[in-house]
Amino acid sequence: MSACLDIRGLSAVLPNGQRVLRSVSLSVQPGEVRALVGESGAGKTMIGKAVLGVLPKSVRIVEGEMLIEGEDLGRLDPKARRTLIGARTALIPQDPLTALNPSRRIGPQMTDRLVRILGWSTETADQRIRQLLDEVQIRDPERVLKSYPHELSGGMRQRVLIAAAFAAEPRLIVADEPTTALDVTVQKQILRLIAQLQRDHGTAILFVTHDLGVVAKISQKVSVLYAGKVVEEADSSALFANPQHPYTRALMAATPRYTDPFASLKPVDESVLAGLAAEIAAADQAWRPGHG
Amino acid sequence: MDEANVARRGLSPRLWLAGGWLLLALLAAIFAPLIAPQDPLAQDLMLERLPPFWLDGAEPGYWLGTDSLGRDLLSRLIFGGRIAFIVAFAAATSACLLGSALGLIAGYFGGWPDRIISRIVDVWMAFPPVLFAILLVAVLGTGLSSVILAIAIIDWTRFCRVIRAEAMSQARMDYVESARIAGYGRVGIMLREVLPNVLPSVVALLSLEMGIAVIVEAILSFVNLSISTDDPTWGSIIAEGRLSIHQAWWVLVFPLITLILTVLSFTQFGEALKARFDPVLR
Repeated sequence: MSACLDIRGLSAVLPNGQRVLRSVSLSVQPGEVRALVGESGAGKTMIGKAVLGVLPKSVRIVEGEMLIEGEDLGRLDPKARRTLIGARTALIPQDPLTALNPSRRIGPQMTDRLVRILGWSTETADQRIRQLLDEVQIRDPERVLKSYPHELSGGMRQRVLIAAAFAAEPRLIVADEPTTALDVTVQKQILRLIAQLQRDHGTAILFVTHDLGVVAKISQKVSVLYAGKVVEEADSSALFANPQHPYTRALMAATPRYTDPFASLKPVDESVLAGLAAEIAAADQAWRPGHG
Repeated sequence: MDEANVARRGLSPRLWLAGGWLLLALLAAIFAPLIAPQDPLAQDLMLERLPPFWLDGAEPGYWLGTDSLGRDLLSRLIFGGRIAFIVAFAAATSACLLGSALGLIAGYFGGWPDRIISRIVDVWMAFPPVLFAILLVAVLGTGLSSVILAIAIIDWTRFCRVIRAEAMSQARMDYVESARIAGYGRVGIMLREVLPNVLPSVVALLSLEMGIAVIVEAILSFVNLSISTDDPTWGSIIAEGRLSIHQAWWVLVFPLITLILTVLSFTQFGEALKARFDPVLR
């Protein structure tokens, strides 16, 4: 059985030639949650965008392959690629404030995609959306469907977006820091919902986050990213029990503990960063564009 | 919620005052032949420079007085409103359609369409607008359609710049990206996702532009480059009033007040409409 998502040796560069992704390889098996952890600017979101075909114009993929259920995105023409991505994947975005069109009501906004892109009948789409709203525990679907996005709270909007992501039964969902923009109390509920729906629907998720606490709760596999390079890859339980890479250990040490939050707020150790810089410089030295 | 209520309460008088004046002026213009107390072109040298009704020497039936040829000022203002409104609607709508379409394309697509359109706008904006208008009318010939065309040709850039900026900021929003991931085409996203969100600005600008069109038409009339000299326009009345300012100030003052009120109403109405149209401000 082919992996739901398979990324092999993916490198991307900025116009100035700087590499933002450095031969990234990772795979997500069907029904599996893979967390992609790293600090800001490590390229986590970039990987998600690359998979979904929405990289900024300035970022250019120079080598590597991306396969969704065995189909190589690079070998498809743009239109076929869009159709494949549209049918098999979905995004749970980071910021629920800007991820819904402010001038359209929630209902039409959610059903539109099912009807116009996937060719469902209006009734089926409507039923499906109501079912999903129920699954994300929205109590008054009638009101929500008639609302404009700004009339809903951030948590409600994120629920709507989760429902929308799962509505078309995608095989793979990219969740791009879906809880970062929310209150801590709401974060927990949203995380639990995503985990619940993921189990019920058996959807594979590429879960992008900087929060190791979230990783422990939701994912089976983890890839730790630094400066666009996967520095460690492991089962979540193994990673937490026995982190191999110094950066992973430093990252864990930097995570605040609730028993003494201030004492444990410390940055990643200088020597670890120096080691990483050397590692990346060595990788760049060995790397020649076009020889991947 | 509180904010929305404050906004609504604050907006209403503005909307109703501005809308009320525009409606009044528009109705007067439409039904000019029925309403105007006198024939706006009828000259009577026996009745020249009659003062408005509250001053000594006023004649009944000539409410705002007469000009130096004895023509009734109120009737001329009412008939002048016809041309003002025709120019306002036609010129502003043309400028709006052209400018908004190009602005939307430039802002949403970016890249070379944006570069081409933006450069054209830059060059266009370097022309002094009034001189450009005078030049255009001189080339196109005087007449209603030339005036409309000239204003549209000059002022589309106003729409283009604003709508481009708005479309650009909307295009960066996550919902546009989500639509792209879902498989919508570029043109579809531009029309279905981006356009509705820039529409409030389009409406506000359209109303603003109607006010500007009224002014430009008045300027062209003032320099005698608008419609044939027989038809009264606000600009031509102002031009005449200027000559007799020491003998009959009302010939200058009343058309000026009418012009100012109308332009102000258009701009205020636009702002109020924008607030009404915008779901977030509503």
